Formats: sequence, structure tokens, C-alpha cells
Amino acid sequence: MTFLELKHVRKDFGAVVAVQDFDLDAETGEFVSFLGPSGCGKTTTLRMIAGFETPTAGAIHIDGRDVTTMPPNKRNVGMVFQSYALFPNMTVAENIGFGLKVRHRPGGEIKRRVGELLDLIHLPDRGDRYPYQLSGGQQQRVALARALAIEPSVLLLDEPLSALDAKIRVALRHEIRQIQRQLGITTVYVTHDQEEALELSDRIVVMSEGRIEQVGSPFEIYNFPKTGFVASFVGTLNAIPARIEDAASGQLLLGGQHIRSASPFEGARGDAVAVALRPEMISLEGIEASTADSGDNRVRATIEEVSFLGAVVRFKVRVGEGDESARIDVDTFNNPNLAVPSTGSPATITFPPDACLVLGRDTGIRGVDALAAAEAML
Amino acid sequence: MSTGTTDRLGMALNVATVAASEPERRRRRPLSTAGAWLIFIIGFLYFFVPLFATFEFSLRAAKRDPVTDELIKPSLAAYENTFADPAFWSSLAYSFTVGLITIAVSLLLIVPTAYWVRLRVPRLRPAVEFVTLMPFVIPPVILVFGIIRIYSGPPLALTNTPNGSDILLVGAYVVLSFPYMYRAVDTGLAAMDVRSLTEAAQSMGAGWPRIIWQVIFPNLRAAILSGAFLTLAIVIGEYTIATFLVGTKPFGPYLSLLGQNKAYEPAAVSLISFGITWAAMGMLALLGRGTRGRVQVAGAR
Repeated sequence: MTFLELKHVRKDFGAVVAVQDFDLDAETGEFVSFLGPSGCGKTTTLRMIAGFETPTAGAIHIDGRDVTTMPPNKRNVGMVFQSYALFPNMTVAENIGFGLKVRHRPGGEIKRRVGELLDLIHLPDRGDRYPYQLSGGQQQRVALARALAIEPSVLLLDEPLSALDAKIRVALRHEIRQIQRQLGITTVYVTHDQEEALELSDRIVVMSEGRIEQVGSPFEIYNFPKTGFVASFVGTLNAIPARIEDAASGQLLLGGQHIRSASPFEGARGDAVAVALRPEMISLEGIEASTADSGDNRVRATIEEVSFLGAVVRFKVRVGEGDESARIDVDTFNNPNLAVPSTGSPATITFPPDACLVLGRDTGIRGVDALAAAEAML
Repeated sequence: MSTGTTDRLGMALNVATVAASEPERRRRRPLSTAGAWLIFIIGFLYFFVPLFATFEFSLRAAKRDPVTDELIKPSLAAYENTFADPAFWSSLAYSFTVGLITIAVSLLLIVPTAYWVRLRVPRLRPAVEFVTLMPFVIPPVILVFGIIRIYSGPPLALTNTPNGSDILLVGAYVVLSFPYMYRAVDTGLAAMDVRSLTEAAQSMGAGWPRIIWQVIFPNLRAAILSGAFLTLAIVIGEYTIATFLVGTKPFGPYLSLLGQNKAYEPAAVSLISFGITWAAMGMLALLGRGTRGRVQVAGAR
């Protein structure tokens, strides 16, 4: 059942269009993330749901109620801020109990609820501390408890982990997801961190320049990006310049060598396109156990650079020569027995035809000039 | 020369530089310490000598021994006379009352204004700052004549009513307090994330009065106390506006009148008012102690 509904929502700040034509239906208990770069309109959309901004056009419904112009203090929406926004003059317990006090709940009930929430965030003995006496991670957990105390109809989180260090960020995002599942609360989470969005969300809304690029499950967003922007923004992507040989049968020329895409595409022979390939979909023959299928594309290349990224080893290889050459990232899982080739040595890369996403200037893909991006990578 | 040799030579030069600069630094240290002490002593004398001179002068008032009937010098007679003077207490009480009312009115005007400007109309901040600086531009004597001219005739003939002049005095002092109070409050607001705190309170159902009273005001305690203290200090010592509006009732005109008629008591009163100022500063430090460090910056820990 649709619980949170945004219909054709638009927000203008003077001449600047921050959000346009935004449509979303979120189910009860669903965890939806807004993912996009800075300035794409994700926080503005969240602020419109919270009531801190009024839409220029469109409507917002929560649990069937039209809240488009309702003041924020009447919406029963819990909000967690990037800056925690804990009240410095109040103790942790007073912060958590603030919303209940505003609702004139009896003292005993407030005390009990605060105790429950302190247990939920694993800070049972920190109730009498002040926010400045807590670490960043603890403060954000208190902010989460404070937002949950009022039993909000929707929980909104605005980049809540951005101010924390990497390890705490990972631990806290597991905690957020666990609490959200436990309480079954409809949640909207704003982030520019794709890893966070992929791990936490039931559905991701990828945004760019105030518009929705794609809405889908993390699996769909990562594996089947609908636009060049989604393909390039989510995960690491090789955007490799190529030329069409036969669009109907998916034949292309990459660095002067023949490759094949699983799906046909539009375009005439000789047209310039970009082939989008995930680094993990490409294998380097000879350094790891071959998983290549006989139908896979095989391309000759030269090793240009080897980088150790911990669990992953990234090879930068060059395919072809001169104007037709392209640089490609290839990822391999690290292991001590890996036969790492030296730079300058020849190699062969393989990738399945269905891993190729062909992006062209005239394909109607919005938000990114795929070919320009590919050329910029050279 | 090999690279290794060059490196070793460079290291040797570095070591030599460090070795040469260390005693030099040690040599310089006593000089710089002496310089610092000299500046401190000059500064201390600059402030302390006039105070001591005033105190010494105030002790020159002779006191007659009740038993031997001899004149005793030095004595605390000037202080005793001052404390025994009902006009001293009434002027002090009057000025304190006016000061406290001024602070209350000023806070009621400035806190919501500064808060609203920061939250909703930050582009108006330069204009508001300019308005609050006007008391520095307009001399008090011009201000008071303007007030008297406007409020001495219809439709607002306040100077002819029983407490009209007192109300006008508070009004004038509220204007005088603007530069100090606005700056103090604005600095306090700048130290906290006003927008997020407001929005956090709103999302939990709080309305504007509760947000200002329970979230903004308590976090501005130190800033409000600074502004309040400065305002009180101005009101206690102000002379021009007070004289023209209410005569010798306030402390400033009383002090001036005392200076015209007595020799040693004005020195004693000056020191007493100085003591009151120091007591007020101590109180400020005491009351503001709990707020230090509480205004957080996201991710600071």
C-alpha cells in the first residue's frame, strides 16, 4: 500500500529549478534512498517531504493525507540531520524526550520511552550526558532515537553519516537498517554515497539536475542502468570510445578490434559511440583462473598501470593505438598467488557481450554526453 | 658527487643549522620573557596607578575619633558617608531597575530579530547591523533632544505624565544598547547551527514560542549575559540622556552632582561603582560557566 506519495513535485528557487517532475510512491515500511551528486535536488525533495520547503507545484501525500502546505510541526515526520542538530542545552534523555514533551505526554511515559530508545541505540547509561560529551557516532544515534521517539509516520535522514569516519559509518548504517526493519517505518534516506544507498535501500531513486534518472532496486540500478548518468554515477564504469560496425547485430570496433554487444542498438556504420563496461565484468587472461566463455569478446591490450586497492587489484590497460586507442580499468580480486604482469607487457582482456552497454550521443540518453566522457578518460 | 653524498651533506648542514639555532633561541628567550614582563608591568601600572591614586585620595577624608575627638587620617569616612547617603542607594536602585528593564526590553526585541534575520532573511543582515550601529553615529545629546521634542507635545506627550520620562529613558537606553546586544546575540547565534536546531525542533512538533524559549534562548545564555552586562554598565554610568530626561535620579547624574559638592566622596563612589562592575563581571563568568563547550559543531568530536 502506498504510504508516501509525491506527485509531479517541482521546486523553483527564483530562476533556478531545483526539482522538477518528481514522482514517487513509497510503500509502508519501505526504505527508499535518494542518490545523486551535490546539487541534484535530493535534499530539497527531502525538505519538501519534511515541510521545510513548500513545493512550487505538485502534491505530497503521507498516509493518504495531503501535507503539501502543512507546517512541519504538524506532519509527524522524524528527521535526522547531517549535523546531528542535538540541542546542546539538553541532556541525551531530554533530547530524546523533547518531542514527547511537546506532545504533553505524562512524565512516566516519557521516561519509559526514553529508556526503551536508549536501549535500542545501545546507549543505556548515557541518558544524563550532554551531547558535547558524546562521540560523533553516539550523537548521531541519539539524533536517530530522538526522531524515532515521536513514532513518526515517515523517517527522513539527510546524509546522516557524512560527518563520521569510515568505520563508524559502516557500523552505523547497519544499525540504522536493523532499527528501520525492526520498527517497519517508512524511511527516506538522502546520500551521495552509492555504497550506502546500495546496501541500505529497498529502492533507490537516482537523481541528476533536479530530475529522476532511474528508480529501482539496488540490483536493477547497478546491473541495468537506464541512462548514461546512472551507469557512470553508480559503481565504477569504463566508458570506452568505439565505432559501429553493424548496429543491428551489435557489432563494434574497439581499438581497431571486433567486439559484440548482446543487444542491438541504433546508429550507422562508422558512427562514434561509447561502450560502458564495469571493471569487474572484464577478465585479464593469464593472471587468474579463466572463466571466459567461448562467446566472450577477446581484445588484445597492453598493461599500463597496476594499483593495489586492498581486496582488489586494478589494472589499467590500453587497447589499440593512436586515435582509436582506449584505456580500460580491469578489477581482479587480490590473492597472494596472483601472477601480476609488469607494466608494458601484452595482455588479453575478455568480457561477455551482455556486459556491454552501448551509449551514443543520439540515443536520447539525458544528463551525460557519454562519448565526451569516454574521450575525457583517454 | 653521488646522490648519497649530497644527502649526507644536506643532513649535516641541517644538523649544523639546528645546532646553531638552538643556543640562539635559548639566548633570545630571557630577552623575550623580560620584554613580555615589561609590557605586562607597564599595562598593569597604566590601569592600577589611577585606581590606587583614587583609592588613596578617597582615604584622605578625615574622621573624628568619638572618644578623643581627634581627626583620624587616613580613614574610610568617604565610604561611610557614601553608604549613609540615602541618595546614593536610591540612585543606584533606580539605575539598576532601569538597567534591568532595558535589558529585558532589549532582549525581547533583539533575540527574535537576530534569530529571524539569521534564519529567514540573511540578506537583511547588513541593513539590521547598520541600524543597530546608529547609536554610535548619533550623539546622546542629539538623541535626547529629539526624544524630548517628539514626546513633549501631542499626540505623545509622555514627558508630562508621572512615569513618562522614566519610560522614555528606558526607550533611549534600549536604543543605546542595540550595538552591544545585537552583536553579542548575533555572535551567539553564529556559534550554533540555528537552522538545523530550529528544523529539528519543528520536526518534533514544536511551535515558534517553544523553539525560541526552550531551544534558542538557553543556548544563547553566555551571549545574552555578555550583552546584558554591557547594557547594565552603560545604563549605570550614562549621564547625558539621564540628566535631560529625569534629572539627578539616576546614578550617573548623582555621581556628577556629588563631584560638584564634595571632595573625597566622588572618589569613593567611583571605586564602589568599579567594584559593582567587577562583581557583575564575576557573576557573568559564574553564570556563563556551564555553557562553555556545549555549543557543538557537527563532527567536531
